[in-house]
Parts: sequence; structure tokens; C-alpha cells
Amino acid sequence: MLERVLGVAVRTGAEFAEVYAEDKRSTSAGLDDGRVEQVTSGRDRGAGIRVVKGDTTGFAHTADLSEAGLVAAAEAAAAAASQGGGVTRTIALTRGPERTVSPVAQYPDEVLKADKVALLLRMDDAARSAGGSIVQVSAGYGDSRKRMLVANTDGVFITDEQVRTLVRISVVADGDAGMQTGYQSCGHTIGFELFDNVDIEALARDAARQALTKLVARPAPSGALPVVIKQGSGGVLFHEACGHGLEADLVAKGGSVYKGKKGELVASPLVTLVDDGTMSGEWGAIAYDDEGHASQYNVLIQDGVLTDYMWDYLRARKEGRPQSGNGRRQSYQHLPMVRMTNTYVLNGTEEPDDIVRATEYGVYVAQLGGGSVNTASGDFVFGMTEAYLIENGQITEPLREGNLIGNGPDVLRDIDLLGNDFAMGNPGTCGKDGQGVPVGDGQPTLRVKSLTIGGTAA
Amino acid sequence: MSAELQELADRIVAQARSGEQVEAFVSRDTETDIRVYEGEVEHFVSAQSEGIGIRVIRDGRTGFAYAGTLDPSAIAEVLAEARDNVEFGTRDEWAGLAEPDGVDVVPQELWSERLAGYSTADKIALTKELERLTLAADSRVRIDDANYADVMAENAVASTAGIRRSGRENGCYVSVSTMADDGDETQTGFGFSVGRSPDEFDLAKAAREAADRATRLLGATKPQSKRTTVVFDPYVTAMLLGVVSSTLNGEAVAKGRSLFKDRVGDQVAHPSFTLVDDPTNSLAYTATDLDGEGLAARRNELILDGVLQGFVHNSYSARRVGAKSTGNAVRGGFKGTPGVGCLALQLKPGTRDQAAIVADVEDGVLIQTVQGLHSGVNPISGDFSVGASGLVISNGTVGAPIREFTIASTLQRMLLDVAEVGGDVDWLPMRAAGVSLVIRDVTLSGA
Repeated sequence: MLERVLGVAVRTGAEFAEVYAEDKRSTSAGLDDGRVEQVTSGRDRGAGIRVVKGDTTGFAHTADLSEAGLVAAAEAAAAAASQGGGVTRTIALTRGPERTVSPVAQYPDEVLKADKVALLLRMDDAARSAGGSIVQVSAGYGDSRKRMLVANTDGVFITDEQVRTLVRISVVADGDAGMQTGYQSCGHTIGFELFDNVDIEALARDAARQALTKLVARPAPSGALPVVIKQGSGGVLFHEACGHGLEADLVAKGGSVYKGKKGELVASPLVTLVDDGTMSGEWGAIAYDDEGHASQYNVLIQDGVLTDYMWDYLRARKEGRPQSGNGRRQSYQHLPMVRMTNTYVLNGTEEPDDIVRATEYGVYVAQLGGGSVNTASGDFVFGMTEAYLIENGQITEPLREGNLIGNGPDVLRDIDLLGNDFAMGNPGTCGKDGQGVPVGDGQPTLRVKSLTIGGTAA
Repeated sequence: MSAELQELADRIVAQARSGEQVEAFVSRDTETDIRVYEGEVEHFVSAQSEGIGIRVIRDGRTGFAYAGTLDPSAIAEVLAEARDNVEFGTRDEWAGLAEPDGVDVVPQELWSERLAGYSTADKIALTKELERLTLAADSRVRIDDANYADVMAENAVASTAGIRRSGRENGCYVSVSTMADDGDETQTGFGFSVGRSPDEFDLAKAAREAADRATRLLGATKPQSKRTTVVFDPYVTAMLLGVVSSTLNGEAVAKGRSLFKDRVGDQVAHPSFTLVDDPTNSLAYTATDLDGEGLAARRNELILDGVLQGFVHNSYSARRVGAKSTGNAVRGGFKGTPGVGCLALQLKPGTRDQAAIVADVEDGVLIQTVQGLHSGVNPISGDFSVGASGLVISNGTVGAPIREFTIASTLQRMLLDVAEVGGDVDWLPMRAAGVSLVIRDVTLSGA
């Protein structure tokens, strides 16, 4: 049937057509203000059909997975890509190998909802027992099991299953100087066995500790200072400072400061940056990307030298080179584009304590929030949600929240100390062109010689 | 069409069992999305999506389920799942659905036959025209992409509490992203235009703004840190109001998460600051007749002459604080239950345009863009820190561009430090209208 649908899609003379189908079941539960407010069950099922003719892509999607529904979508996508023609092509699909990157032991849809809700109550208890100043707690649980299928006129035909399980907690503490917040999350591309190994009470206590610590925080400094970023908390820096700028679709349109820099030194020689969809269990791990290409371990920057960009089907075809397993989409309702998976910096050699000791005055960032980047100018920001002052080589007082701002190429060059304590960070959602996809990031403790701290203190 | 969705919602509600409250929300959207690059269609997306969300409440416990299809077997499964999920909620004495409150609906013109009949070829032609106009505006400008998008949405809600409403609306916009080069340096800009139908577009204005935004930042340098006065462009003000609105959210207040929770009647902002949420104003991009629970959308005064008047509520948050819903239930489609939010914020405009305002600023910065509102702003603590770019103002004149700096203060202080609200209201495609806004004494962090 897929072969017939693809045949319809290219009947108007298109060079390429693709069917992406998914069937996703999800469960989420939210606790707030001491109550389990709601358990939600969701079902998303449908197919997106893409047709490429010349430089034009036509796309249509449907929730109707019958042959009639798919053929109607294929006709719509073909019409969108073209205004006529009339050829017949026979498509022969070859089933790709079964591929497992993240093995699942306990499928979350086979776990009692009561057991999922119980996690939230335990997290609420743990956070509230952290101190009398904790005034509010909200916790969330979510899981999903998605079956997907990709078939295209190049003969690609794969099926895959993606499982995700996640918890998160937000805590509010109230003190003399107003309210402060703490946040923690944990998510992996595995099933409910996640909770055999993760201490969710410790996670909740850590969110509470963060909020309580900030009750006595002083305003962050204003201006350029050395910044030490704790292991596993600053991968978002690389995601923003250069990750997006290495996406081939942005590069091709001249919208990246890294355009034409392949083979050049773009970062401190300490930096080796990898995008790795094969990192088992991590939030950005995938067996196949959403164009049916097997995920890969891709070195983007080797010892400071830019080695390659990230590629999807369209950009790779245009350049006549292989894809890199980075063609991803939010759902069957979206077109794929170049996206990161798990993006991380490999270990250096320094002891993390030595990095702090080597810093006379600066900022120690223990947790970063989100960030964003203008890939054309290279300017990026990221928020610090837990940070401290470094004075005379010691971590001292906690700081209030704020953004840091820098320019990607400058910051990459300014990394002057790199630790040996690599860790992955919290699960993230990367937004691009209105689509969100799950990503992971990580890095060892490191120092940036100079970053602008967006605080209010002199 | 909407009648069909209403019947579907009615049929679900009719299946409510004794002791059960049931609400069904059904929607169907058709979207067109066209992207033009270098005179050719880069992509053309034509898509229809539909779905249903069902909420069941029994003995103070709530369960919810949704499906992205209106297939009858899937709908039966959604109702069964929502019922099953009830078992796992905590009993909540305030849980419940909205009840009809007798407030009359202010009718809005939300549907354009003109747009519904607009041809695909004409949509493509005007997107190409936008790209052409933008390129013609300045020789230093390149195009990232030019886009046209429209959506036609219809929905229906019904509940055992006696809510029964349906409606449809459509709208469209064009946008263009630009890059301007000078040697190694590249800066970016954007422009857009919105309308109920493409006839309302102002392509020339969108093109000019996209070119200006990118070119006027060329040569920008990083400024020295200092305390200064900022003049927010209308677009930036609208983003700020979005953050302010989360402090006025009745649910945040009920759960002790708003920094304004005990401040009704207090002077929380400068006397020139009057903020209303008015979705009945047809000029607002997000004007609407109904809220997410099917109650009439209405005008609510939130801050009057700097004095906090109250908060916005849906039926749940209102019950918790012993108030009535202000018609501010917000529903993000069929996949969720209604939350609380402002629908169409507007600052009461002052009298002067941006040029007159700037003429009175001795030393300051005209803020053109801000970055990182989601990462450096905490509406619970009030800490405010964003990346920014803009133009230096000295002795009343706009001068050199600056970039890669942050501006920081706290939300509490910024509202009190407002010096002037401009008269230049811009009805942006956001939940808040834009207007120039002057704020004194913020910290600029740069080199």
C-alpha cells in the first residue's frame, strides 16, 4: 500500500516523495498545591506526506491512515509541489533493519496509572519536608510510546518505536525578600524502569534546596566576568553558541556565523563537540531520524577545528553528500528539518575543583535555564537559574537569576579550562521554526574567560 | 460545519452518567503555510487537523483524555479513558465546570468569506511580492524567507453544566525574515502584517520594517555597563506585558505563586500605567467572543492609574478565591483543559509618538529586540534580565546601534519606574497590543 501511495505522490513528476506515519499514546499527570489535579491520556495518530519537485516541497498531513486517506494526502502534497505533469513511477521499498538504541524494560503503558501518580505524591512530600519556607510545589509526570514508519521513493522503509519517560518538579520558597523558585527534571528514552535507578525524592529535595538557597541570594553582578559552568548544566551553552549555527539549512542560506568555516579553528583547541543520536537512553537518542536515516555519532568540532555541519535529506541531496541522521520533526503534522540530538563536549583534563580555585573573581553557574541564539549574528543568551559568586577561588554567595549574553564564536574561543568530569544534563526541548523536539546536552565543568552577566549589581 | 461539531459535543455530553459532570471540546483546523525563497515556492503545506478533548468530574475528582482524530471508535476510547483517569485525581472541593453566568456575548466579526475564497495562486503571488519589496527596500538586505500562513478554525464546546457554544474564525499573516551584511558582520530583522483577509495586509510596511530592523543594527558595538533609561519599541512592550500578565493570573494567585497576591488596592505601577484585558475590542488581534470554557469574553480592568484592581480567573480559580470567572479561561486546543490567562491586553495609550518621547530622553537606549524572556525572567520572584539590541539615545537624538548587552531590573521596580506610555498603539499579532514605553533606572550590562 505504501508503494501505491508513494506512486500517487510522484505521479505529477516529482523526484521524491515520503510518507511519515506515527501512532503515539501518552499519559501525563500533574500535581499542584498538594493535589493530583488531573491524569491525561492522549492519542495522536496520523501521517505526513512530503513531495519534492525541484526546489519546491509540498506537504500535507492527515489523521486518516486508511489507503483512501493517505492517497488523498499524497494527491494534496503532489499538487502543492507541482502544477501538472504526468508520469508513472514504480516504487520498490526495502525494509531497513530493526535498530535499537535505547532498550526498554518496562513499557510505561503497561504500568498502573496509580503507580505513576504515586511518584508525584512522593516528590511533593520530599520537597515539602525540605523546610518550612517551601510554600508551593508542582510536579509532573509524562510518558509516551510512539510507533513510527518512514517510507520514501528512494526505497527507504523503516519502522521504529520511541519510548519516553519523564518527571519534573517546581518548588516555590517564600522569605523576607520575596519568593524564589527551584526546578529539577529527569527524563530518558526508556520505560518505567527509569525509577529503579533515579532517586526522585533526592531530585525533589534538590529543587527545594535550590529555592531555599536563593532566598538569601544577592543581585547578580552586571558586566563581563569569568564564568565557571558546572558539569552537566551548561550543554545549552554549546547548543546555542554553536549547535544551531552548525545546522546545514541555516548555513546554506548564509544565516550562520559558521558558514564557510569548515577546517578552520572556530573554538578553543580544548573543545571537541559531538552530536550523537546513538547515546543510549538520553533524551535526544533515536534509532532512526524522522526521515528514516539511522542515527549517528557526528563529530562537529575536533580540537577546536570545525569538521562538519549537521544534515537532513534535502540539504544533503543538494550538496551531493550523505545525511547525518539529523532530519527531525515534532510530529506527523510537521516538515522535517536539520535538528540536533544529544550535543555534548568531550572531557578535558582539569580537576573541577582546580578550575574554581584558579578563578579569583567570577560567577559559578550550577544550573542553566533555557537559552536562545541569533545564528546570523552569533549573539546568544542563556539563563542561570542557580549561580554563585566566586571570590578568591572559593564559591561563596548565591546569586539571583539572570541572563548571560555572549557571541558564539567569541565564547568558544574563550573557553580556557576544561574539566574531566563529563555529565549529561536535564532533558530539553529545542525550538526551531515553531517546532519542538527532544534534545540532550552535556559537558564537563569548564570556564569561559569572559561572559557578560545580566545582573543589577555594580 | 460548526453545527456538526456541536452535535458531536452534545452526543458526548448526553452520555454522562448520574453524578458525573462531562465537558466535550471539539475542534477542526485547516492551515495553509507557504514559504518563498529567491522567487520560488520553497514549501507549501496544506493541512487539516481535528480532535476532541473530554473532561469528566466526579466526586471532586477530574480526569481528562484527548485524541487527534474524530474517528468514532477513538472518541469512545477518549471518553472511557477520561472516566478511568478520574480515579487517580485528588478530591478537590473546587473542581467543576463553568456554569452559564448570564453575561451577554459581545459579537465579533471573526470570519472572513474573502479569506475563505482567496486563491492559492494569489497567496503565492503576494508572498513573492513581499520578498521582492523587501529586497528592493535596501541593497544590503538578503532574505532568509518570506512566508504566508492562514488558518481556519472551528470548534464547539458542550457540558452538563449547560454550556453549549460553537463558532468559527479565520485569519492570516505574512512575515519576512531578513539579513543585512556589512563585511563579516550580519544582522537580522523581521517584518509582518496580519489581517482577517489578505486585503488588509500592508506589504510595503512589512518590507520596510524588515529591512530597517536588519540594517540599522549594522556596525553595532557592545556598550559599557551603566544604569540608564530605556524606551521599549511597541513590539518589546507587548512582550513585557505578556510577562506581567502571568503575575495577574488568578490561578497563580490562588496557589500563592503571584508576586501581586496580596496587593489589590496597592500602587503597584506608575500612575500613567493603566492596563486592561479587553478581548471585546475588535481591533485586538486576539479579539474573541468566548473564552475557553464557553463564557462570554469581557473587558477587565487590571491596573488603573497604577493601582492593582484585581486578577483574571476561569471558573476554577474564581471558585477557589470566592470570586466569579472573569471570562479568562484559555484553552490551547483539544489536548488540554482550560487554564487561566489574559486574552487581549492593552495599556491605556499616552499622547505622544516615539519621536517626541525620544526627544526628551537625555541619555538612554531605544530597545529594538529582546532575547531570552523565557530564560532570564522569573515572574514568581520578579527577577528580570534579558539580552537586547537597540540604538543609543543621547540628548534626544537616536544614534549608534548597540548589541550583545542585557537590561535588568525586577518586574516590581520596572512597573513603578515607568516614566511614560506612548500614544503609538500597534495591534500586533500577540496577546498584548504594543505601544512605546519609557522605563527609568534599569541596569545595562555590557563590556
